[in-house]
Amino acid sequence: MVKGTPDTADGSRTGPSPASGARAAPRRPALARSLERWGAFARRRLRAGELGSLPVVVVLAIVWITFQSLDDSFLSPRNLSNLSVDIVGTGMIAVGIVFVLLLGELDLSVGSVSGLAAAVFAVLNVNNGVPEWLAVIVAVLAGTAAGAVQGYSFARTRVPAFVVTLAGLLTWNGLMLYVLGSSGTINLDANGLVAALTGYYFTQDAVAYAVAALAVALVFLVPYQDMRRRVAARMPHRSLRFVVARAAGLAVVAFAAAFVLNRFQGLPLALLIFLVVVAGLDTVLRRTRYGRQVYALGGGVEAARRASLGVTRVQTAVLAVSGTMAAIGGLFLASRITSVSQSSGTGVLLLNALAAAVIGGTSLFGGRGSTWSAVLGMLVIQSIASGMAITDTPAAVQFMITGGVLFAAVVIDALSRRSQEAYGRA
Amino acid sequence: MSAPPLLALHGVCKRYGAVEVLVDIDLEIRAGQVVALLGDNGAGKSTLVKVISGVAPADRGVIEWKGRQVHVRRPGDARELGIATVYQDLALCGNLDVVGNLFLGREIRRYGFLDEMEMERRTQRLLERLTRAVPELRAPVVSLSSGQRQTVAIARSLLGDPRLILLDEPTAALGLQQTTEVMDLVDELRDRGMGVLLISHNMGDVKALADRAAVLRLGRNNGFFDVNTASQEQIIASVTGATENAPRRHTHQEAAW
Repeated sequence: MVKGTPDTADGSRTGPSPASGARAAPRRPALARSLERWGAFARRRLRAGELGSLPVVVVLAIVWITFQSLDDSFLSPRNLSNLSVDIVGTGMIAVGIVFVLLLGELDLSVGSVSGLAAAVFAVLNVNNGVPEWLAVIVAVLAGTAAGAVQGYSFARTRVPAFVVTLAGLLTWNGLMLYVLGSSGTINLDANGLVAALTGYYFTQDAVAYAVAALAVALVFLVPYQDMRRRVAARMPHRSLRFVVARAAGLAVVAFAAAFVLNRFQGLPLALLIFLVVVAGLDTVLRRTRYGRQVYALGGGVEAARRASLGVTRVQTAVLAVSGTMAAIGGLFLASRITSVSQSSGTGVLLLNALAAAVIGGTSLFGGRGSTWSAVLGMLVIQSIASGMAITDTPAAVQFMITGGVLFAAVVIDALSRRSQEAYGRA
Repeated sequence: MSAPPLLALHGVCKRYGAVEVLVDIDLEIRAGQVVALLGDNGAGKSTLVKVISGVAPADRGVIEWKGRQVHVRRPGDARELGIATVYQDLALCGNLDVVGNLFLGREIRRYGFLDEMEMERRTQRLLERLTRAVPELRAPVVSLSSGQRQTVAIARSLLGDPRLILLDEPTAALGLQQTTEVMDLVDELRDRGMGVLLISHNMGDVKALADRAAVLRLGRNNGFFDVNTASQEQIIASVTGATENAPRRHTHQEAAW
C-alpha cells in the first residue's frame, strides 16, 4: 500500500487544516463527485507509474467471470477451496522470488531448492526415521543454506544472480537426485505433520470468521493508531474515512471468503499459514530497517553502498530468504501429493513461481513490489489452470494463455516504469 | 599555533588499476571555511571526494581529522567522523521516497519498526529550512525534478549534523534561483562553523563564496590560492596548466598560510 501524499489531492489524506475551497464549488451529486475524485486519483497513479495491484485484480476478475460463464462449477465452494490450497506451495516460492526481484535480480534455483528440501525431508523422515519436526527444520535450513551460499557468491563475485542461481539450479537438482538415491519415489506418512499442512481444515465455522475479524481489526487499528499519532503531532495524515473505507473493503472480501470456505470444509490450514507468512514478510519489507535496505538496493546498489549499507550482507540475506521460502514451498507441494519423487521441483514450477511474482505486479527492474503480488499472481495462474481443467481444455492452451498473461504483465511493468521516469523529467 | 585544521590530507595517492589518479595530494580544510577544489575534467576532483568520503579509500597517504590521524576505509567511517558528502550523481535511490532517502542507513525506529512519522516530521522541518519549494515527501525521488533531487541530496548530507561537507558540483544541474539557494546555504553552513569543500566549474561562484581555492591538475596539486587576493586569471592559469607549480613547493606554501 503506497503512502498517500501530504496534500489532499489523492483523497487519502487531509492536512491539519483542510482547505474549504471545495465547499464553494457548485453542488453535484455525491456519487459523481467521488467517482470524479477516484478517476483523478487513478489517472495520477497511472501517470506516476504506480499501478500497483490494479491490473492483476482486473485480470483475475476477467478470468473468474470467463470460466464461471463457461462452467458454473468454477466458483463453487469446493473449487475455490481447492484453489486456495493449490496456490500455497508455488505461492510460498513466489514470495521468496519477490525478495530477489526487489533487488532487480532473478533466482532460477528455487525449483531445485524446493525439490531438494522435499527430498531431504522424505529421506530423513521416511527412510531414516528422524522425527518429523526435526526433519522439517533440517529441510528448511537446507534451503536457507543453499540460498545463502548463492547469495554470498553473487554478492562477492558480482556475477549476476541469475547466472549464479542457474548453476544452483543444476547443482541442487543433482544433489536432490543424489539424496533420493535409487529410491525413486518416497511416499510420505499420510497422517503426519507435513501431510496435514495441506490436508487439515478448521471445520468449525467460527475459526474462519474469527481470522477474518482479526485481519480486519488489524487493518483498521494499525493505520488508525498512526493517524491519531499524526493528528496529535499536527502532521499530515490519512482521513478517518479512508482508513474505515479500506478496512471495510477488506472486511467484505475476508468475510465473503470465510463464508465460501465454510460452505466446503472450512478454513484450510495451508491458506492460513500462507496468508500469515505473506503478511509477516510484507511487514518486514515495509516497516523494518532490513526491508528498507532491500528496496534501497533495488533502487541503486551504488547509492545504497554510499549510504553505508552492508550490501553483501543484505544481498546474501535476500537470497537466503528466497532459498528458505523455496524449501517451505517444496514441503507444501510434497504435502499436497504426499510423496516426493525425482521430478519434485522440476518442470514448470520455477516458471510459475516467477510468473506469479511478476503477474502480481512486482517489477523485474527492482525496487518496486510487495509480497502480496505473489498471492494475486498465483491466484491468476492457478485459476487459469483450474478453469482449464474444469472445462477440459488441453494443457497446451493453458500454457499459451498463462504465457500471454505473463507477457502482458511484463509489458505493463516496463510501461509503468517508463512513464514514471518521464513523469519525473516533466 | 592555532587549532588544527578540521581535515588535513598529506601525500594522498590513489590509483585505479595502472592509472595514477591522485599523486601526493595535500589539502587542508578549517572549520568555518569554504575551500574550492578546482581543476579541469579528469584532474581527480571527484576521486578526491570519494577518497575523503570513504567510497574509494586512499592507497597511501595520511588523513588527519582535527589533528589526529584517522583511517577512512568505508563510507560509514567518514559519516562517523562527521563528514557528509553530496555526490555529483547525487547517489539517491530513485524508488524510495524523499523521507526514505534522507534516512537511508540511519532510520529512526520505534518498537523495532520504522517510525515513518518522526522521520517525515524531521524531513519536513529540514527541507523547510533549505528551500522555499518543498517537494512532495512521499513521492518516489525518480519523479522529482533535478533541482528537487539536489535539494534532497543536500538535505540528506545535513541530517547527521556533520562538521565537514563535501559538495561535488552542487549547482551544475540547477537553474538560477536554485543555484542562489544552494549558494546561500553554503554561506550559512560556513557561518555555523562548518567546513565546506566545494567543487565547482563556475569561477563566479568560487569568487563569491570560497575563502581558499586548491587547484588539481592531472592528479597533482597545482597551487593554493587565497581567493580574496588572487586574481581570477591567476587561478584559471593554474587550472589550465599555464603555470606549472612543482608539487614539492606547495607544502611550504601550505605551511605559510
